[in-house]
Amino acid sequence: MKMKIKNGRLSPYTKNSIISYGIVIIAFVVVSVLNGMGLVSSTLQGQLVPICAYIIMAVSLNLVVGISGELSLGHAGFMSAGAFTAIVVSGMLEASDMPVIARFAIAVVCGAIVAGVLGFLIGIPVLRLRGDYLAIVTLAFGEIIKNIMNIVYAGVDSHGFHLRANPDLGLEESGRMLLNGPMGATAVQRLSTFTAGFVLVLITLFVVQNIMNSKQGRAIMACRDNRIAAESIGLNVMKYKLMAFTVSAALAGMGGALFGLNFSTLLPIKFNFNTSVLILVFVVLGGLGNIWGSIIAATILTVLPEVLRQFADYRMLAYAIVLILVMIFTYSPKIKNFTQNFMENTFRKKDKKPEAEGGAAV
Amino acid sequence: MIFLTNLINGLSLGSVYAIIALGYTMVYGISKMLNFAHGDVIMVGAYISFCATMYLNLPAWVSVILAMIVCTALGILIEGLAYRPLRGTGSLAVLITAIGVSYFLQNAALLIWGSAPKVFTSIFSALGSSISLFGGELTVTWEALFTLVAAVIIMIGMTLFTGQTKVGKAMRAVSEDNGAAQLMGINVNSTISMTFAIGSALAAIAGVLLCSSYPALMPTTGAMPGIKAFTAAVFGGIGSIPGAMLGGILIGVIEIFGRAYISSELSDAIVFGVLIIVLLVKPSGLLGKKITEKV
Repeated sequence: MKMKIKNGRLSPYTKNSIISYGIVIIAFVVVSVLNGMGLVSSTLQGQLVPICAYIIMAVSLNLVVGISGELSLGHAGFMSAGAFTAIVVSGMLEASDMPVIARFAIAVVCGAIVAGVLGFLIGIPVLRLRGDYLAIVTLAFGEIIKNIMNIVYAGVDSHGFHLRANPDLGLEESGRMLLNGPMGATAVQRLSTFTAGFVLVLITLFVVQNIMNSKQGRAIMACRDNRIAAESIGLNVMKYKLMAFTVSAALAGMGGALFGLNFSTLLPIKFNFNTSVLILVFVVLGGLGNIWGSIIAATILTVLPEVLRQFADYRMLAYAIVLILVMIFTYSPKIKNFTQNFMENTFRKKDKKPEAEGGAAV
Repeated sequence: MIFLTNLINGLSLGSVYAIIALGYTMVYGISKMLNFAHGDVIMVGAYISFCATMYLNLPAWVSVILAMIVCTALGILIEGLAYRPLRGTGSLAVLITAIGVSYFLQNAALLIWGSAPKVFTSIFSALGSSISLFGGELTVTWEALFTLVAAVIIMIGMTLFTGQTKVGKAMRAVSEDNGAAQLMGINVNSTISMTFAIGSALAAIAGVLLCSSYPALMPTTGAMPGIKAFTAAVFGGIGSIPGAMLGGILIGVIEIFGRAYISSELSDAIVFGVLIIVLLVKPSGLLGKKITEKV
């Protein structure tokens, strides 16, 4: 990163980002073409938007867990906040004759803002803690958000917007319930499309990659690698960690909005601890701090249960076994050593041969 | 009197959390990993006890012992197959593996016993439903009473075990300094297996006690108590045995009081809210040791 443009050539970072966007765009075009030709099965077709949403969730969580180095177990809470905000906003705008795209965009932006503000507010106390204590507090906030969404009722009528903690909203007859406490949102207009999901994935990638390659991003990573050293050179650790946390929450809100507007009904319980953990699995399996790993893991693990459908009842069992085996094979020190030795032995033989021949010639 | 009833119920639920939290905290202390599959071991224990009494017509106490044996074996098996290959790697890798094990146990239970909730017969049903005190003004269920007694016995037992016996001292040594313990001739592998075995046996007891008080038994029964117990372990200071007991009891009491006096829907939120406040004031839990960082 010595010079951004050297002799009119792009810096390696810019090059890398352009390649990333290129791959995502190509993947989108390929899937769209296949979809147009009717080669994508209907179950997979239904998974396209959730895959995009989970990619956004995984990449945004990677910003906290991988790049900022703090274990967060409550990411689904931000997803929930984003999803239900988007649903409410889109429901309120339903009466207006706004084009669908504008309505979707406003809903997504509102979802991201609400989740981002929430992330900022939660981040202030949470980031004072370290390690597993931080993890448990994020878990606690995630559960609290889920609990609160369970008792929130919202509706809209000609008097405007109503929000209460009990079902009696006093709506007019023409009014419409948007949130039904534990029943969640019903009769949501499905605004999310695969194209919209693709655009949001690109935005997420753009934001995260730019953060990673910026001064702030390097500061965030410095705080992760050695907090004391980072503090001693004058970095405000709290500020950078909070920055990563807030951006991550806002992106998660965006992913949640995409997810929420993809289903006609959505229960608050959907965003429970298991969902947080699922997203964490994407991140860890894909590799901490590795954006591409997150994208690939999110895609494969969302599709995997569908692929395993032939195992019928055993499919989630198979999923669990695959998960455990993949973790052991990627992380086990013994297996790592074994593969390393194996690779070294095979490659050394190849390297030695010409050397030996050369020696004989002399 | 309603206050007293709530207090007893809270103490009883808290005792269950405390017994589960003991398993969490011991495993954390010794291998620095969050064993998310622990909650599902509870569920397995409850199912084993259920099957032993329902299908084999064994007496209740035999079913509890059977559940403990099965869970002990399960704990050792999980540690040996899933966690041991990953020892020494980052805690996140083991965490995800633990989640994998948790999925596995839940789905295996789903296949074996189905998703419909089973009605668990209380192991104390032979004693009658409850006892009346103060001329019938206060009724205490046998379940609540025995859960409390069991928790007290387990707490005393565990304190004596870790403080007095050779194996218990080995456990403390390994959790303090793995490498130094190994140099002193302690078999680290078998000590860790032992910890998992004890934690899982306690989980089996907790499962039976939990389902005696709250009889709906499903493959996901262990999940929420598992999270609560984990919270309790952190609340008391993870790695500390008295901390786990204190944390468990407090969480149980707060949950029951929150449900009774504030809002039944928000009881979980109240529990987690209190946890957050406590951790902000005491960042390493109530009885946790504060570790100062050295540069």
